[in-house]
Amino acid sequence: MADRPDPLPVATLPAAKPSLPHDSALLHVTGAARYVDDEPEPADLLHLAFGQSSETHAAIVAIDLSAVRAAPGVVAVFTAADIPGQNDVSPVAHDDRLLADGEVIYRGQPVFLVAAISRGAARRAARLGRIDYAPRPALLTIAGARAAASLIEPTQRMARGNAAAALEAAPHRRSGRFAMGGQDHFYLEGQVALARPGEDGQVHIASSTQHPSEVQHLVADLLGVGSADVTVEVRRMGGAFGGKETQAAPFAAAAALVAAKTGRPAKFCCDRDDDMVLTGKRHDFEIGYDVGFDADGHILGLKLRLASRCGATVDLSPAINDRAMFHADNSYWLPAVEILSERLKTHTVSATAFRGFGGPQGMLAIERVIDVVAAALGRDPLEVRIANLYGPGRDVTPYGMTIADNIAPALIARLRHDCDYDARRAAVGAFNAGHAVLKKGIALAPVKFGISFTTTHLNQAGALVHVYADGSIQVNHGGTEMGQGLYIKVAQVVADVFAVPASAVRITATRTDKVPNTSATAASSGADLNGMAAFEAARTIRDRLAGVAASIGGCEPSHVRFTPAGIVAGAETIPFATLCRKAHLARVSLSSTGFYATPGIAYDRAAHRGRPFYYFAYGAACAEVVVDTLTGEHRVLAVDILHDVGRSLNPAIDLGQIEGGFLQGQGWLTTEELVFADDGRLLTHSPATYKIPTAADRPARLSIALWDGENVEPTINRSKAVGEPPFMLAQCVLSALGEAIAATAPDRRAFPPLDAPATPEAILRAIAAHRA
Amino acid sequence: MTIRFLLDDAVVEVADAAPTATLLDHLRYRLRRTGTKEGCAEGDCGACTVLVGEPVADGVAWRAVNACILFLPMIDGKAVLTVESLSPGGTPTPLQSCMARNGSSQCGFCTPGFVMSLYGRAIGAAGHALPVADVIAGNLCRCTGYGPILDAAQAVPSIDRDDAALAAVLRDLRTAQAPDASPAWFAPRSVDALAALLLDRPDARLIAGATDVGLWVTKGLRAIDTPVFIGDVPELRTIAEDAAGVTLGAAVRYAEAHDALARLHPDLGELVRRIGGLQVRNAGTIGGNIANGSPIGDGPPALIALGARVTLRRGDTRRTLPLEAYFLDYGRQDRAPGEFVERIHIPRPAADAIIHIAKLSRRFDSDISAVCGAFHLTVRGGVVETARVAFGGMAATPRRAPACEAALTNAPFSEATIAGAIAALREDFAPLTDVRGSAGYRHEAAGNLLWRLWHRERGEPVSVRELV
Repeated sequence: MADRPDPLPVATLPAAKPSLPHDSALLHVTGAARYVDDEPEPADLLHLAFGQSSETHAAIVAIDLSAVRAAPGVVAVFTAADIPGQNDVSPVAHDDRLLADGEVIYRGQPVFLVAAISRGAARRAARLGRIDYAPRPALLTIAGARAAASLIEPTQRMARGNAAAALEAAPHRRSGRFAMGGQDHFYLEGQVALARPGEDGQVHIASSTQHPSEVQHLVADLLGVGSADVTVEVRRMGGAFGGKETQAAPFAAAAALVAAKTGRPAKFCCDRDDDMVLTGKRHDFEIGYDVGFDADGHILGLKLRLASRCGATVDLSPAINDRAMFHADNSYWLPAVEILSERLKTHTVSATAFRGFGGPQGMLAIERVIDVVAAALGRDPLEVRIANLYGPGRDVTPYGMTIADNIAPALIARLRHDCDYDARRAAVGAFNAGHAVLKKGIALAPVKFGISFTTTHLNQAGALVHVYADGSIQVNHGGTEMGQGLYIKVAQVVADVFAVPASAVRITATRTDKVPNTSATAASSGADLNGMAAFEAARTIRDRLAGVAASIGGCEPSHVRFTPAGIVAGAETIPFATLCRKAHLARVSLSSTGFYATPGIAYDRAAHRGRPFYYFAYGAACAEVVVDTLTGEHRVLAVDILHDVGRSLNPAIDLGQIEGGFLQGQGWLTTEELVFADDGRLLTHSPATYKIPTAADRPARLSIALWDGENVEPTINRSKAVGEPPFMLAQCVLSALGEAIAATAPDRRAFPPLDAPATPEAILRAIAAHRA
Repeated sequence: MTIRFLLDDAVVEVADAAPTATLLDHLRYRLRRTGTKEGCAEGDCGACTVLVGEPVADGVAWRAVNACILFLPMIDGKAVLTVESLSPGGTPTPLQSCMARNGSSQCGFCTPGFVMSLYGRAIGAAGHALPVADVIAGNLCRCTGYGPILDAAQAVPSIDRDDAALAAVLRDLRTAQAPDASPAWFAPRSVDALAALLLDRPDARLIAGATDVGLWVTKGLRAIDTPVFIGDVPELRTIAEDAAGVTLGAAVRYAEAHDALARLHPDLGELVRRIGGLQVRNAGTIGGNIANGSPIGDGPPALIALGARVTLRRGDTRRTLPLEAYFLDYGRQDRAPGEFVERIHIPRPAADAIIHIAKLSRRFDSDISAVCGAFHLTVRGGVVETARVAFGGMAATPRRAPACEAALTNAPFSEATIAGAIAALREDFAPLTDVRGSAGYRHEAAGNLLWRLWHRERGEPVSVRELV
């Protein structure tokens, strides 16, 4: 595997890079960090709002916007007919309309766009549209869409061996189903974009987006101009989590449309409730399983059916559902397996990327299977997990990728020891024997998450580094900052190349006119890809500087060393700034681009075979919970996490990602419930009804440790991606809740049919079913 | 209308204030104080947290509030601190330095709100003695998992602040304040003036903390005709506590009432603590919670079970009725035009009373209940002598459960009696299925609360919170 040379020999690097704070931390805490809506407003700014569909699925018969146009403060109103180019804000399939054209396919869909002199005027006017609809039958659920054979693409099959035969032959067999809900991103900064018209048809857009290049390309096509005429800039987002990968585009496109049509700057700062109705969420899934196993809990045959509600359009659902299939093995060897993935098309807002990108749903499926097997055998679920782990001779995934970096067995063993799992499990049993109302549960589960975009061509990145003659350094790359600490990590990489402090590196906003044709900052890939691209750019400049230094010091360029004290060349030690000045006088370029494409990956999607991932990130977590069997309330009492980030680019940043990811995952599985009415309306469209965790929901005790190891692949600093994998650590919470519920009828050898999220209502339902 | 308030140490005069303009919009778009963020514009996320101060004997009394649903005229004559106030010369407070160093911010958008909540705690603002997690229960963070923020609060528990000069300026500002006669915003300064005004303007919309009415504006996009702000009516801001019980003026905020109510019974204190975040409890009032007649109304079920009585006033005429009689039907209360809730009296329960108050919601903090149950029993010699049982979320109004009460009263305090009382709940209620829970869940959970009472009386741990 590691047959390529390291970009920097490991020996030349510090063991781990230092824990510098987030580059904007001081700006954050003083309120000085600027987000899009914090920019000074131009004098003639227009504010935007969508007129939204009141129907779930209907033909548009007539649109009367006279009252909207006449409303106070309204300057312009646009419909699909006003779009000069393509009415398309979709990432892949060209099926997302900026404004509805002839039909609406989910409730709340934008039908028209209002531009007014104030946000309030725009929002009030947007409610005055009179639209005649001819309603059509609407599909709202997985079951309904399945019955109508409504799919966004054909059902996908990933298989190895003969699962049916293995099931028939297995000594034990269980089957069942369970459901898991979607999740709203609830980034604290809502969707927002500010477009400024330039000269000659150009437009500049400040957008809160994870994917500036895609916004750029969509806006160009929407306006019928070239990509070169559109510049998209994003300094920072106030959270994103996948929710601004494709979902930022409509707001940016709307602002650009108004700017182009009116010649005035236009801002779309979306109201929270509108945002929650308008934008996609994590896919909800229904899982069907049929598992055959032996007396030790080894899985011999498995059929999994992963059905997801993709919503009204394709969006990123094919790749998201693929990733669910890729993670339906989690860390386990499945000798004979068939995974069917149904991608159902419904008249609900299109589901989209969310941290984990389908991985959490696939992984939760296999974790439930393990829990079911363990319960059937009356065994400790951890023993069953360990019995099924990948290992020598059983190290090929269902999609045919050989796992070369399997640290799961060792990592689980260490966490089991460090968190005192066995003694605590015994104590939980004793507690349950002595308590009628409250029941405890404990569970320890691993995570193995594949790193790379599974659409192979997306695994590329560019960077641009300028060194100025005074020795100051500017770095720019295609990655976006949404709070994950990408900018400081990349700055540290560049600073290390020149042996200067990170504070000498000025981090600049991501812009499509600096680095073109970028991929979304997604798939946890930000630091892997952009860190390496920035490294390449910096190294190019360093090599040039080394040449200048060599001529000063009278040595070979290869003997020049960059040290914190300066550049050592022969007998000379030249301060960095001095060398930069001399390089400029010597007419040496101090600017360079850098480019990186992940090597070694290839995937045949038609066959679902290949190596989609460069490597895997690992982790494990143990959760202890208590359930009130009378009300269904619960608390997470203690969580211990051991997580693998390779050789960290910044341990403090990585620990923050792990903790935050865990709690977000816990929220998905416990308090965060999306409720749709029978007519397709989203009822949980505000934080009053949609409940992300508060500080009090954080586990009463939470300890996090980093696995001491390095990436077997030559990634930047031998680090590993950290954005998404920790989210799935929270799956042990659901398993632990199931264990607690199971204790209400301990003689039953069955795992309770607990759906996620485990709200008090869901827990009481599972208790009743388990006791029945 | 013209309003004046202190921002840091300077008077801000707004000559053209729209009555329902929010403080948040004014800060962000008129004063360019963009550190204060809009996360939800409905008082549920805390990204817009600011501190509002009023002069007291030894300085300024501060409280953290949500600027997004605070109408600008409500801070007339008051002081405001935003995140920018904390580091005027660019030097952050120790709290901010600690948060910047320890990873308290990731995306940073919620951070100013957390800074203000924790700065308030550090300078002794309302609720500062609560556990840190309670102080920030009204601040949502989606990135960090809260650990570093909690750590920062422990590391910087207090910050010295001398408000003597500010208090003097503030007192001058309030003295100079002319009673505003604007027809767009009424802010009476005595309860008699309020009573007289409401006789004249029976169409008035009373506003105390605007934690509900604020959303009519930011989400409903409604105009509020004849807003009457009662937050500065001194007689409505009093708390009287004696052996007989607690009497609250209608404009007493939750946070102010908490301690007195907790002394009536710890369950009541815990219920009040779980209403909204601290910012909401620093604005919202128990009077408003009653007056607006929510079918859930987290406060009323408990108050009904404790035998609370509400005093209504119209002109100089007062009448007092049991709280349960005030709620007539969904959206309908026993309040005549021109009449207003003046005060609420909650009797002190007997020392040997069995009281159990439980709120069930998806999330413990800052959530609205699916079911709120309150039980108030007197058991003597093993027999239930009296029983008051009330629920919220089970009907169109918070109300008592007469069949359940009958099944309990004069019956032995036994498992059989509890089972009978639970069965009787089916006669009392036919709850709805809505966004917060199904009818089936509501029935089952409501009944189980009686079992919880039973187990608790037998000394068993019954709440998951007891194990934390």
